[in-house]
Amino acid sequence: MMRSLLIGFAVALAMIAGAPPAGAAPGPNRIPPLLRPHFSFQGVFGRYNKAALKRGFEVFHQVCSNCHALNRVDYHSLSAVGLTKAQIKALAAERQIQAGPNAEGKMFMRPGRPSDPYIPPFPNAEAAAAVYGAAPPDLSLMAVQRKGGPDFIYSILMGFVPAPKGVSLPPNKFYNEYFPGHAISMPPPLAPGAVTYADGTKATVPQMAHDVVTFLNWAAQPHLDERKALGLRVLGFVAFLTILFYALKRQIWKNVDQRD
Amino acid sequence: MSGLKTDNRVIGWIDERLPVFSMLQNSAVEYPTPKNLNYWWNFGSLAGFMLVVMIVTGIFLAMHYVPNTKMAFGSVDHIMRDVNYGWLIRYLHMNGATMFFILVYIHIFRGLYYGSYKSPREMLWWIGIVIFVLMMATAFMGYVLPWGQMSFWGATVITNLFSAFPLVGRAIVHWLWGGFSVGDPTLNRFFALHYLLPFVILGLVFVHLWALHTVKSNNPLGIDVKSPQDTIPFHPYYTVKDLVGIGVFLLIYLAFVFFHPNLFGDPVNYIPANPMATPPHIEPEWYFLPYYAILRSFTHDIFGFTAKLQGVLAMFASILLLFFLPWLDGSRVRSARFRPIYKQVFWLLVADVVALGYLGSLPPKPATVTYMQIATAYYFFHFLVLLPLLGRFEKPRPLPTSISAAVLPAAAGSPRPMEKV
Ligand code: HEC
Ligand code: HEM
Repeated sequence: MMRSLLIGFAVALAMIAGAPPAGAAPGPNRIPPLLRPHFSFQGVFGRYNKAALKRGFEVFHQVCSNCHALNRVDYHSLSAVGLTKAQIKALAAERQIQAGPNAEGKMFMRPGRPSDPYIPPFPNAEAAAAVYGAAPPDLSLMAVQRKGGPDFIYSILMGFVPAPKGVSLPPNKFYNEYFPGHAISMPPPLAPGAVTYADGTKATVPQMAHDVVTFLNWAAQPHLDERKALGLRVLGFVAFLTILFYALKRQIWKNVDQRD
Repeated sequence: MSGLKTDNRVIGWIDERLPVFSMLQNSAVEYPTPKNLNYWWNFGSLAGFMLVVMIVTGIFLAMHYVPNTKMAFGSVDHIMRDVNYGWLIRYLHMNGATMFFILVYIHIFRGLYYGSYKSPREMLWWIGIVIFVLMMATAFMGYVLPWGQMSFWGATVITNLFSAFPLVGRAIVHWLWGGFSVGDPTLNRFFALHYLLPFVILGLVFVHLWALHTVKSNNPLGIDVKSPQDTIPFHPYYTVKDLVGIGVFLLIYLAFVFFHPNLFGDPVNYIPANPMATPPHIEPEWYFLPYYAILRSFTHDIFGFTAKLQGVLAMFASILLLFFLPWLDGSRVRSARFRPIYKQVFWLLVADVVALGYLGSLPPKPATVTYMQIATAYYFFHFLVLLPLLGRFEKPRPLPTSISAAVLPAAAGSPRPMEKV
């Protein structure tokens, strides 16, 4: 049976190899392979680096949050990136949110509270699109919404290069190597020193990109650390049980003649 | 059904009035099972285990899920972020569907290899196929529930297939949707059915087992059980072997759940559904890809018989064919071990289905379509031409006289055509 199995898979491989590849079309729309830096949260033993999370939040707060919403993240959950209760309260109060109606039936504005979701910079997508030509997408789930996840965001942030000769961009568009079609409506958000880090780290563009991607991955997968830690324990336990079952099976079956 | 020997008066009293204990004794303890079953026979119990996991995790998800187009995506996100261990429950359910299909596909191919669909197991086989079809319906509707981009567009594309039927097509599609596009009524009914169907499947699994226990298990030799020496009681032999299977399976399943939970998913489904923005490439979940390839292999209208209708019919036919297998395969020998040609052809079919799945994931360029057409043609050729011909002309190798005879070392004169697996 083993031999036939091998033949079967050889044939399947041959058919697949003969088929045309799924890859991108050649020409000016070609997207180079994504940049793949190492992130602390990758791999079985990978966890969020606390300092990077905190710095990443600072990049998001000082830069990205001027254009992008983070609607699925509540202020109070930011304690996980190292903000204190007082800092969270102050942060929430930076922006106003519509509330009401009050006793007179009127809507009114009030400062944000820790229980609010991160208050967006624009009242809605249309208002944002009117400013930039395209609506800046909500970043809460960006790290799982695109093929390549964190690598994709990192590549976009690092991918602003001068447009190649002969490529003309529509007004208010910027050339980005990794964006489908290359003409993106986001102005290059990161420049050296764009952020002042509380821990004094030098704010180079790769540093900021790396940090903010860590933060955005946390925003999309806040339970990653817990998930991996639990996974190691559960798998260890199941492996142990399986070995026991197998030993028991050998013991119980030892007097049965069978050749399979 | 009786003969339960027990010293426990309470158990005896209950059993005389409702023989649950005799039933358990007969079907899970004493049930005489061929002693030569290999590990490919673990996949039935694994599928049953997986069904229970899906039902349990599904019920907990339903406690927090909201079947409303404005809130569905947010409620799933809430489960992932805020519900205690919500991420675990959802990842178990999501990856569970993938694992369930892997298990059942192996289970079905096991049946194909060892001829488990032949007399007297036709009913057993047919019930299995009904279970499989219901599973596909359940998985399809389940994928719509999180209301991401692929949920919405997948539902739109697949339900639209019914519009291929002449005259009534459009009406059927609007009836399925409960409106003029996929919307709230669609989501609500899909949720209702997604909750219902697994319990129908559960009921059918019991009928499946009832049929199995009536005709008894097949085995790798494909020959009938001749004497009690050929069998061993289900417990403890197969209970412990099934536990080994469950352990190994859990290691694989949970490795995905904890360390690569989104590997099988399409990232686009983390974008909330937007009826105004069609994703560049709409693709079903991996377990539907072979059918998707068959569907897209048909590209020419013939006498007003549209390509789409041909594709839809071929797709249904590819599954319905399995019902006719007991007649299409005329060979009296069950196990592929004793069918030198069928054994090769079986692996070609496996390769063909894998290739169909891969091709189904590609954008339909002309070259791809040609490959898809070849693979589709071969699929039907296998069942409609090769199998009937092999039944007539293939010369099987001699069968062992009994399971024990094949197993005992060098029983005089009896052939031992067994290879090590
Ligand atoms: C000046 C406003 C502005 C700032 C600041 C800004 N963005 Fe954007 N961003 C945009 C706009 C507008 C788009 C939409 C681009 C388009 O669709 O062409 C966008 C799109 C994106 C995308 C999505 C690309 C895609 O595949 O659709 C990502 C990821 C992104 N921004 C990340 C960031 C990060 C991280 C920061 C902070 C470092 C940031 N942005 C800062 C305006 C901004
Ligand atoms: C929810 C899905 C299913 C469950 C839970 C299930 C469960 C089982 C179990 C527990 C067995 C006995 C153990 C074994 O032989 O592996 C079995 C046997 C069998 N099943 Fe299924 N099954 C399912 C789907 C199917 C499908 C889709 C088919 C085929 C189309 C199928 C065909 C068979 C056959 C032919 C047997 C008898 C095997 C033999 O003894 O050779 N089953 N099933």
